[in-house]
Amino acid sequence: MYPPKFDYQRAQSVADAIALLGQNRDAKLLAGGHSLLPVMKLRLAQPDALIDIGRLAGIKGIQMEGDRIVIGALTTHAMVAAAEGLPTVLSEAAGWIGDPQVRNRGTVGGNVAHADPASDLPTVFTALHARFHIAGPNGQRVVAADDFFLDLFTTALAADEVLTAVVVRAEQPGTGSGYAKMFNPASRYAIVGAAAVVMVENGLCKAASVAVGGLTPRATRAAAVEAALTGQPLNADSIAAAAQAVKNDLNMDELLGDIHASAAYRYEMAPVFVQRALTKAAERAG
Amino acid sequence: MGNYIGKSMKRVEDPRFIQGKGKYVANLQLADMAYLAVKRSPYGHARIVNIDTSRAAALPGVIAVYIGQDLVDGGVGAMPCGWNVPDIKVPTRYPLTIDRVRHVGDGVAAVVAESIYTAYDALDLIDVEYEPLPAVIDAREATADGAPLVHDDLPHNISYTWALGNQAETEQALAEADHVVELDLINQRLIPNAMEPRACVAQWNSAMEEMTVWTTSQNPHPIRLLLSAFTLGIPENKLRVISPDVGGGFGSKIFHYPEEIITPWIARAINRPVKWVSTRTEAMMTDSQGRDHVTNCRMGVMNDGTLTGIYVKTWSNQGAYISTFAPLIPTALYITLLSGLYKLRGVYGEMWGTMTNTVPVDAYRGAGRPEASYLIERLVDLCADTVGMDPLEIRRKNLIPAADFPYQTPVAFLYDSGNYHGLFDKLEEIGDYEGMRAAQAAARAEGRVVGVGVTGCIEASGPAPSAVAGSLGSAVGFWESGKVRVHPSGKVSVFTGSHTHGQGHETTFAQVVADELGIAVEDVEIVHGDTASVPFGMGTYGSRSAAVGGSALVRSAEKIREKMKKIAAHQLEAAEEDIVFDRSNGKLYVKGSPDKSKAFGDISFAAYTAHNLPAGLEPGLEETSFYDPANFTFPNSAHLAMVEIDKETGEVKLLSYYAVDDVGKVINPLIVRGQIVGGIVQGVGQALWENGYYDESGQLLSGSLLDYAMPRADGFPTFVVDRIETPSPHNPLGVKGAGEMGTIAGTAAIAGAVMDALKPFGIRHLEMPYTAEKVYRAMHASNGGGD
Ligand SMILES: Cc1cc2nc3c(=O)[nH]c(=O)nc-3n(C[C@H](O)[C@H](O)[C@H](O)COP(=O)(O)OP(=O)(O)OC[C@H]3O[C@@H](n4cnc5c(N)ncnc54)[C@H](O)[C@@H]3O)c2cc1C
Repeated sequence: MYPPKFDYQRAQSVADAIALLGQNRDAKLLAGGHSLLPVMKLRLAQPDALIDIGRLAGIKGIQMEGDRIVIGALTTHAMVAAAEGLPTVLSEAAGWIGDPQVRNRGTVGGNVAHADPASDLPTVFTALHARFHIAGPNGQRVVAADDFFLDLFTTALAADEVLTAVVVRAEQPGTGSGYAKMFNPASRYAIVGAAAVVMVENGLCKAASVAVGGLTPRATRAAAVEAALTGQPLNADSIAAAAQAVKNDLNMDELLGDIHASAAYRYEMAPVFVQRALTKAAERAG
Repeated sequence: MGNYIGKSMKRVEDPRFIQGKGKYVANLQLADMAYLAVKRSPYGHARIVNIDTSRAAALPGVIAVYIGQDLVDGGVGAMPCGWNVPDIKVPTRYPLTIDRVRHVGDGVAAVVAESIYTAYDALDLIDVEYEPLPAVIDAREATADGAPLVHDDLPHNISYTWALGNQAETEQALAEADHVVELDLINQRLIPNAMEPRACVAQWNSAMEEMTVWTTSQNPHPIRLLLSAFTLGIPENKLRVISPDVGGGFGSKIFHYPEEIITPWIARAINRPVKWVSTRTEAMMTDSQGRDHVTNCRMGVMNDGTLTGIYVKTWSNQGAYISTFAPLIPTALYITLLSGLYKLRGVYGEMWGTMTNTVPVDAYRGAGRPEASYLIERLVDLCADTVGMDPLEIRRKNLIPAADFPYQTPVAFLYDSGNYHGLFDKLEEIGDYEGMRAAQAAARAEGRVVGVGVTGCIEASGPAPSAVAGSLGSAVGFWESGKVRVHPSGKVSVFTGSHTHGQGHETTFAQVVADELGIAVEDVEIVHGDTASVPFGMGTYGSRSAAVGGSALVRSAEKIREKMKKIAAHQLEAAEEDIVFDRSNGKLYVKGSPDKSKAFGDISFAAYTAHNLPAGLEPGLEETSFYDPANFTFPNSAHLAMVEIDKETGEVKLLSYYAVDDVGKVINPLIVRGQIVGGIVQGVGQALWENGYYDESGQLLSGSLLDYAMPRADGFPTFVVDRIETPSPHNPLGVKGAGEMGTIAGTAAIAGAVMDALKPFGIRHLEMPYTAEKVYRAMHASNGGGD
């Protein structure tokens, strides 16, 4: 399809991008274009202007700063999937996104800023307690994952802000993580995605962090699952029991359904994938 | 024999495709070109109250805006049906609808502009006032009293009915059977999705009053005929249709489409070249779709496993209009196949072709035959269950024995040749059926859900002969043309009326002609797709090209050899009967004295210098044949698949796949393997993923690739493909069709495997596609399956 007319400007820096956004309220940032251009071609989004940040080298790439891992907003999924030393749950999820073209062009920043409910990364970043670094006209701010994803296609980003990086912590000894996904057979997005991180100490689960996505407007923290596991030994039975608790974390009224999978089915699949993610995480925790 | 036939040769066309050098319609840029976009209905069914094009027409860069009535006033005729079964009612269809929209995507207006972007902007400025109407989407419900009428002049939405077979005998065969199994099933709607969307470019030469149309067609000559005689009205000798490189068709590019009419009509109206290229979104809602049957069927079986007969009633969804060959598919390509590979006393089928508020349905790879195979094979499996027999054993028991060929079925077809037991022997040899069953038992003991599907399928390919097609309702013949031109230098140009859009004719046909003439395959060039250079030809569909198009080339090559022999005899001063044409090297020599010889190039040169030709022989070396085959060919196959179902989710995974096909003599095993594997993938796609899904109002909910699930490489194991060769006696090459067998068998094999996996759950039948949720629900609704 063919989008309506729009202006195009290439930002020279993050500050420049913010200034350009300030001048044009109906403008949109363009990163890899994999979410934005399709909706423009279908004329579902009709921004007046695109501000291309795609070439800003400063916010692309992965930096290890002690146990902080700084993932520049323009880092592609392929780079994340290939990088060493990232939490397994993140590498695993990134490697399963779409297809090679999508992974080579699509960026982490674009993925989370778009906040498609079927995306994988919001779920992963929720489980990782990622922190989102945002630059705006009034300077920098940092938002926690639980406060970043607000609703369907809605984040804490204001219209004149640029996400510069997502920061996660490196996996500590005794920590394991995993992602489990039911693929939409057409799009390859998640029908249900579950991300789990567990920390094991003396044979007991010291801490668990679990999120599910794909079936709710925004990635859902599985607090009931986390609570059910914390302090427990990690074995098949405890994991299975805890996974069931995800049903308490889901708000039945908000569940999404479509021709591929009804809301009721996704609800029943949530514990299955939480269990699978937890099982991998527990194995990897050693 | 020859140097090339039977050899796996890489396709000569591939380097240009792989390097992006293919020349597709969309690549064509002409000076002063204008761009066309079509305004389409967002409704499944609605009355057009008013169309206001004034805002669009006023947009700078817009050249003109047309609505349906403008075309009719400008001489455009209604779109014809090319297969008129008795008493068919073909609803009137114009390239742009006038009074009502009848499916999502139905065209209501066309904009031509200086750029494609402007054209799309203008579409947003066309104000169409609709009054939504109730819609009907199901083929059988369409016939109910009070169902909304898609066309007011087609009561009960019925376009035609059709029946074939020995009805009384079939009823008796069922009555006398020990058991009768009955099944209601749906063969769901499919969306073809060729990689290249349709496109059309038209150029009007006002000085010569000549039109050239480039279009993505599988059969440019029939399109020219339809444009000329029915829709556009430009005489054939003033109308050139070119179908250059085409990126896949799968049947969907056989038909005459509205844009093929609108584009040249506007090009003439504005006297500028015009280009239309379908978007993927348009393709999903305007390319003809496939399958969509609602069926009730019964099969009789004796306690010893003997199958007695099959009785089928089907409602075939034709969509909102009758597409060019739509009535052929569920009649002469479906009911005629209901005997399958089996010796059955009674075979009978009847058919209602009904109109609905959905995209028109027509041939899609397999076209009628997958529908037949799917239901036959489901019924055979149920019969096996009923009498407690193994699915492979019941099939073997009922196969038509090799000694019975040619075999006359109760549904008109005379099967040419086959060795069906040989197919299954080979399948067991490569597939280790026993081992698979053992593995299945072991898996089941571990609580896994594993199934094995075995299937034997028949295909009828290369529809023929023309006289019979005519008697069945065809408006065209089913012969093919082939012209062989030997140039003075001995290089050869071949002009075929069939069309390659992925099948590899440029390689296969070169192999055939090179062997016929004893020359190097590199010296043969295949030309196709241009009505200005190729004799009238019927194009490519129905797995016909090798059998019919290839045979035409064999005939022309024979004539070339005869003429060359005459020249050689004259020059070597020998009798014509004493000249041997050595097909291993193209040499012509005198019988018994091989040193008295002429090279191929000597004779071709002599034919053109004409200095020394036999008296009365015309110069030149060029021969044309129009080959009308005696009958269809009947490829057949035995396939075997193993699947595993994830018990927790219902997801189906294909574990292994074995295929043995008999496509007659194989010209290029590599290409045939590609056709078989590609076909299987499409067949599996139908079983597991694909679904053209409409809601009650006629909205197409699977209208993009985000929602329409195409098969992907990672869903498949490595295929084990083998073959037996039973040459067809119906053509000089001994070939049968190879293009559709995979699709026909693939769906049935997976259906068998999935239903076999679910047997412990007491599940008798599920409709395709076997999506995770559907399978999960079925497993959980049942009490079976242990734990
Ligand atoms: C075929 C296909 C399959 C896919 N499959 C999956 C899948 O399986 N799982 C999955 O998770 N995702 C999937 N995706 C989505 C894909 O991950 C995203 O399209 C991609 O990551 C978006 O990044 P982008 O750089 O292309 O963003 P763009 O399309 O350029 O931008 C997307 C949105 O984010 C905004 N934006 C971009 N960068 C920034 C920034 N730095 N700061 C603020 N706003 C910004 C843009 O303004 C725009 O609104 C798929 C996409 C496609 C096309």
